[in-house]
Amino acid sequence: MIKFLLKGLWRDRSRSLFPLLTVAIGVMLCVFLYSWMNGVESEFIRSTAHFATGHLNIMSRAYANEADQVPNDLAMIGIDTLLTKLRANYPEIIWTPRIKFGGLLDIPDKNGETRVQGPVSGLAVDLLTPDSPEWKILNIRKSIVRGRVPEKSGEILIGDEFARKLDVQPGAIATLITSTMYGSMSMTNFTIVGTVRFGVAAMDRGAMLADISDIQNALDMQDAAGEILGFFPDDIYHDKLAEKITASFNARHASGDQFSPEMATLRARSGMADYLNMIGSYAGIILTVFVVILSIVLWNAGLMGSLRRYGEIGVRLAVGEDKGHIYKSMLIEAVMIGIIGSILGTVLGVAVSYYLQIKGVDISFIMKNTTMMISNVIRAQVTPPSFFIGFIPGLLATFLGSAISGIGIYRRQTSQLFKELEV
Amino acid sequence: MRRLILLIVIAVGMSLITISGITQTFSGEEILKKVDDNQYSESKIAVSRMIIHGRRGSRTIEAKTWIQGADTSFTEYLAPAREEGTKMLKLGDKLWMYSPSTDRTIMISGHMLRQSVMGSDLSYEDMMEDHRLENLYDAKVSGQDTLDGRPCWILDLTAKKEDVAYYSRKIWVDQERFIMLKENRYAKSGKLLKTTQIRDVEKMDNRWVAKSVLFKDVLKQGEGTEFILDSIQFDVPIPDYMFSKAALRK
Repeated sequence: MIKFLLKGLWRDRSRSLFPLLTVAIGVMLCVFLYSWMNGVESEFIRSTAHFATGHLNIMSRAYANEADQVPNDLAMIGIDTLLTKLRANYPEIIWTPRIKFGGLLDIPDKNGETRVQGPVSGLAVDLLTPDSPEWKILNIRKSIVRGRVPEKSGEILIGDEFARKLDVQPGAIATLITSTMYGSMSMTNFTIVGTVRFGVAAMDRGAMLADISDIQNALDMQDAAGEILGFFPDDIYHDKLAEKITASFNARHASGDQFSPEMATLRARSGMADYLNMIGSYAGIILTVFVVILSIVLWNAGLMGSLRRYGEIGVRLAVGEDKGHIYKSMLIEAVMIGIIGSILGTVLGVAVSYYLQIKGVDISFIMKNTTMMISNVIRAQVTPPSFFIGFIPGLLATFLGSAISGIGIYRRQTSQLFKELEV
Repeated sequence: MRRLILLIVIAVGMSLITISGITQTFSGEEILKKVDDNQYSESKIAVSRMIIHGRRGSRTIEAKTWIQGADTSFTEYLAPAREEGTKMLKLGDKLWMYSPSTDRTIMISGHMLRQSVMGSDLSYEDMMEDHRLENLYDAKVSGQDTLDGRPCWILDLTAKKEDVAYYSRKIWVDQERFIMLKENRYAKSGKLLKTTQIRDVEKMDNRWVAKSVLFKDVLKQGEGTEFILDSIQFDVPIPDYMFSKAALRK
């Protein structure tokens, strides 16, 4: 029967082409949208993890309460011991300390007087240990625009856009004016050895990257750090595992001291939980909307088809074919169109998504004033669900569309058939 | 006995008349002028300590300050070792800071003026203020109070111009010594920003001087900053070169 119906669909293009195209286009859009949102979510998680929170994040309880103000006076002290313990207890995680700081970067003229200065948001990471994971996490080497990477103490990188704004070249001396952990004003000279493009507008505008030991000295933070970040080795955030490690760590450090360390997952830090939940529900909303819209379109197509096939159905009824059999054959036809259309749509959707996964879309023009930790280039991401997610609306919509429009078969009166067929 | 009671009644009555007489004699502007006159001298050299009580403990910063007139000063930090040699120069409405570790002199301006001085509850903006409050504020007596057994006037100060750090202040002035014993500083919205409590007052060179003051930035956590004046000399000659940018590097 399936072979018979397939032949019918193939030979009568007007019966199959429009529904097939509708399903294929709808499925393609659905697959593409799913992959695109997947990409945006992954990019957001990746940027936030790399530049802000890590997959796991440890701060002192007091620091965590005011984290958006970067309160280095509340930073953790004794991080060397803590890092040793973390590496022993959770060897599967990559642990790295960081200090965030703010201040002014002052560029002197030849007389040592201020030539230009600008507000800077700094990130201090381990740059001088040969096997530091930060080179890979922050992709530093590939991000260099001018100059070179820091090789010794006292050398820093600054955002390329920031360097152009300050009109400084690699090799220039810059004085960082900031506050120490104890609130005193601190002035420290650094050599700018290179400029970088982090690919995150919020950082490119006014960021500096320095070795953590230099900043510990500058900020009077010996053996202290604002945060310790943990990364999964595959660089993918695993929520359940992160929750498990967090619970185990916090159970070990359950003292009420405001300066005791507290671990949180990427999801929990910086309001990411709400965002990720929102993205999750968006995927469901998109699928539902597509199923509804496609169903309406295909219902309409089914109605038109039924009208066009009015005579055919009448003849089939007249020759004694059961109404249920006709209805069933129409549903099978719809499922076949759904399958073929979904395959076609998925192939097209995955192809477009894969292209945008490789090429990406540069959104830097709308990111100029943003403070979000999100890359300037957004890419789609093809994941295993991309290959089957389109089948849900594709099949469901054709089936529902035909099921609704096919009900008309049962309204036909056999007694009226000859009159209707004008025989 | 009747005579004794009569005497007491007369004495109390006279005292009340005297106090009310004083109260009525001085306007807010006059009280503020007397407060400024008590504080003001042509020049001063002071050695002081700031004990900053932060959330992580306390630390002490020692400094020596040379002050000329109302708007010129030079400060050299003496301790702790990390701050030693750091110098600040204030000339009118400009403030420079010198750091010996970088050998750089930086002008403190813009939003940096709102930052805390050495982590204390005082900002650079606080240090930049004209020492004479009468130049900055209109004063009005709003009441009387007693602080540590000393009768005080409560003065409400409102800024004469827009570019002041605090739009309004409430000060408690000792009625006998014309020295401020307490102060609250407010934003234009009426929000309390800083409080000051004078804990110890001493007479030096024929003027009343606050020896120990507790400053508290209400928006900051911690126990505040204690300012202790170890020594002060009034009207001593200070060479002009002291108030030059060149002196910062010496």
